[in-house]
Amino acid sequence: MAGLRVEIEAMADPLLQAQGLVKRFGALTASDRLSLGVEVGELHALIGPNGAGKTTAIAQLAGELNPDQGAIRFAGQDVTNLPIERRCRLGLTRSYQITSLFRGFTALENVALAVQARAGHSFRFWRPAGRDRRLIEPAEALLDRLGLGGRAGIRAADLAHGEQRQLEIAMALATGPRLLLLDEPMAGMGPEESRAMVALLSRLKGEVSILLVEHDMDAVFALADRVTVLVYGRAIATGTPAAIRADPNVRAAYLGEEGA
Amino acid sequence: MLDSAAGSRRLGRPTRAGLVTLAGLVLLALLPPAMLALDQPFYISLGTRVVIYAIAAVSLDLILGYGGLVSFGHGAFVGAGAYVVGILFVHAQDGSPVLSWPVAIAGSEAALVAWPAAVVVSALLALAIGAICLRTRGVAFIMITLAFAQMLFFLFVSLPRYGGEDGISLWWRNTLPGVDLGDDVWFYYLCLALLVGFTLLCRRLVGSRFGRVLRAAKENERRLRALGVAPYPYQLTAFVIAGAGAGLAGALLANQTGFVSPSPLHWTSSGEIMVMVILGGLGTLVGPILGAAALLVLEETLSTYTSHWGLVLGPILILVVLTAKRGLYGWLAGRDRGDG
Amino acid sequence: MPTLLVLEQILNGLQLGFTLFLMAAGLTLVFGIMGLINLAHGSLYMIGAFVAASVTGATGSFLLGLLAAVPAAALVGVAIEMIALRRLYDRDHLDQVLATFGLILFLNELASILWGARPLFMDVPSWLAGTVEILPGVPYPAYRLAMILVGALVAVLLYLLIAHTRLGMLIRAGATNRAMVGALGINVARLYTLVFALGAGLAALAGVMAGPILSVQVGMGEQILILTFVVVVIGGLGSIKGALVGALLVGLVDTLGRVFLPVLLRIVLPPANADSVGASLASMAIYILMAVVLAWRPNGLFGRAHA
Repeated sequence: MAGLRVEIEAMADPLLQAQGLVKRFGALTASDRLSLGVEVGELHALIGPNGAGKTTAIAQLAGELNPDQGAIRFAGQDVTNLPIERRCRLGLTRSYQITSLFRGFTALENVALAVQARAGHSFRFWRPAGRDRRLIEPAEALLDRLGLGGRAGIRAADLAHGEQRQLEIAMALATGPRLLLLDEPMAGMGPEESRAMVALLSRLKGEVSILLVEHDMDAVFALADRVTVLVYGRAIATGTPAAIRADPNVRAAYLGEEGA
Repeated sequence: MLDSAAGSRRLGRPTRAGLVTLAGLVLLALLPPAMLALDQPFYISLGTRVVIYAIAAVSLDLILGYGGLVSFGHGAFVGAGAYVVGILFVHAQDGSPVLSWPVAIAGSEAALVAWPAAVVVSALLALAIGAICLRTRGVAFIMITLAFAQMLFFLFVSLPRYGGEDGISLWWRNTLPGVDLGDDVWFYYLCLALLVGFTLLCRRLVGSRFGRVLRAAKENERRLRALGVAPYPYQLTAFVIAGAGAGLAGALLANQTGFVSPSPLHWTSSGEIMVMVILGGLGTLVGPILGAAALLVLEETLSTYTSHWGLVLGPILILVVLTAKRGLYGWLAGRDRGDG
Repeated sequence: MPTLLVLEQILNGLQLGFTLFLMAAGLTLVFGIMGLINLAHGSLYMIGAFVAASVTGATGSFLLGLLAAVPAAALVGVAIEMIALRRLYDRDHLDQVLATFGLILFLNELASILWGARPLFMDVPSWLAGTVEILPGVPYPAYRLAMILVGALVAVLLYLLIAHTRLGMLIRAGATNRAMVGALGINVARLYTLVFALGAGLAALAGVMAGPILSVQVGMGEQILILTFVVVVIGGLGSIKGALVGALLVGLVDTLGRVFLPVLLRIVLPPANADSVGASLASMAIYILMAVVLAWRPNGLFGRAHA
């Protein structure tokens, strides 16, 4: 099913292609000649034990960290030296593992800001943004879609943890991404909330390409078209969930540990 | 916060914050007739100073309260505005040009020339200083804004043509067709009108898309970038608008005191404007006005008892910081703050 | 002759530079370890100078003045740290700025009550009153030379302290990772007080040494404070090495600029104009230096990114 589609699209250029990324922090090599491709329409999961360099990888792909070596192409363009805000405007948007919201803004304002960011420059000094239908309507639609419709007027800081995670995704979606970099969207969620997030991600699949960093293996194997396994900053395997499950290297380096 | 406040305002329900604002406005409007009736014209000039410093404080709050940019050099723009008025006056008196190259600029006593010039010069200065300072963050930003203001202080001290340390005496106020600026009551009401106008302008600004980006950069700059917005141009624009407002305050201050000296450029003046904002209520527009009134009246009162008013004001300031963060406006208006 | 003038001015620049280093070292240590921006750091310099001027005036001994001033300022430092400043370590910078601004108002007023509004003057101690021939036929005031040597000596001692002692190890650890120091089982509050006292003592030393060449008066602390800010912004916040390099740069640029900018401008401008433009430019030189450094390296020469 999903596997077939991926094989067909693999013929075209990948949407995101990282080639030979190296990132060192002193003696620690957080990314070690890391190469990674995400196809159009794919949900690609990036897994690995703690300290494998997943967050560093996301930060480089998103543009918050510059790799010491290597190149990143997105949608046919070299973005290696573009700052995060420029990559976002090209359609490469990230979310954060530790919820990163505008805590003093309401849920609606948070999403409306993201809508506004997509709508071009914000050198508009006169009309009240809080009454601007062009911002509010898309923002409300996104909140509804993520099940936050009734919480629009609540300050982000006062939302429950799971709701904050959903808001985080809503904001990322509001920027109109072609590829979402999701850094552990289920971190700190209870089982109920996790299930809702998995359902949401499976609805998003196909509509937008996703690179998903996640610890919850059940979620990863349920959602992903392909999985890349990262150990000590290196990609030791990439393949379908079934292939990854069967890979002896992966079992030795990672899954065995997980099972213990 | 802002949106919900705007919503309740539309419903026409008078809020406590709205009442505080209205009461303050009525008090300011009635001050001259009341003081003339009580034969205390001195308080009109104190009131004028309050109103002028309030303009400076509101302008600082735009970047400090809404933008989260702790600028410790706001006095530079007040001082620059004052010096523009002073320098134009000096050259109008002796008939020499301010500049003969690259463009010829003559002196002037006209308010319609000098005041806009003060606003423009301060704005340009803010553009230059802000462009450099906004490359830094946090403590470095505080220090470097302070240092630039101090640089201007020493620059003007080193200019004997404009009085050096002693400054420039304005023998009379600027002229404005149809209005006698020399009359203290007229001048007061003009300043008040400018304060109200500037505050309303700032209210539009902070509620606009621009203002939302500015507040977002304060809340979470990293996230704003991740949404595709680089904060620098917005912060710089806010810095320039704030500089322009301070320049206007400086032009008015020169007229009010009849005197232009390096002292508004001195870093303690920048500190005082900042204290006004905090004392009144950071991130509100009415707060800084209250703060300006409170600080100047407090100074005036303390200085009638002791010449060492810093001995009292210093500890008050420390206590306010350690205990009462919401400021006078937060305290008066309660949780129901009208202007975000 | 001009080369001798240049040499003399370079020494003057070093002397200003080392004075600034004594100030900047304390300011940058306190920021690096406690995350505190302390505007009242200049007040400690002023207190040092005032105490030294009083004691020296009363006893006739500069050394007694120095020995009284440094511990006195360190004690004042400890007192304000324990009463007010330690409540500010976890606050944002705005709170710190305002509270320490209040502290300046208070301390300045207190100083003007205790010592009066008029400046005090300190004499150069008799045993340093003469000049020293630094090169054959080139005399230089012994006192200023001593200031350079003391400054250099303190820089070396500070380096040894930080690089080779247990306290230094904690200071380095604290500057990199504050939580870690707590995790080591150290009494963090005491460490902070100690660091603050060290910074206060260094500021007082700077104040005492500057006493005989400046007038001792209320407001002297703020003048040097701003220069110190320029130094730490150029050097990079939290970096002692940056403080040293920044201080010497600022000292040299300021001193040489004041002497040589008018001279240089006379080449292209009429003398009267050259002098006034030169004086204005010289008073701005270090700020221009700061702007250039920041345009090139926003975190200063040796700074790391601080939030």
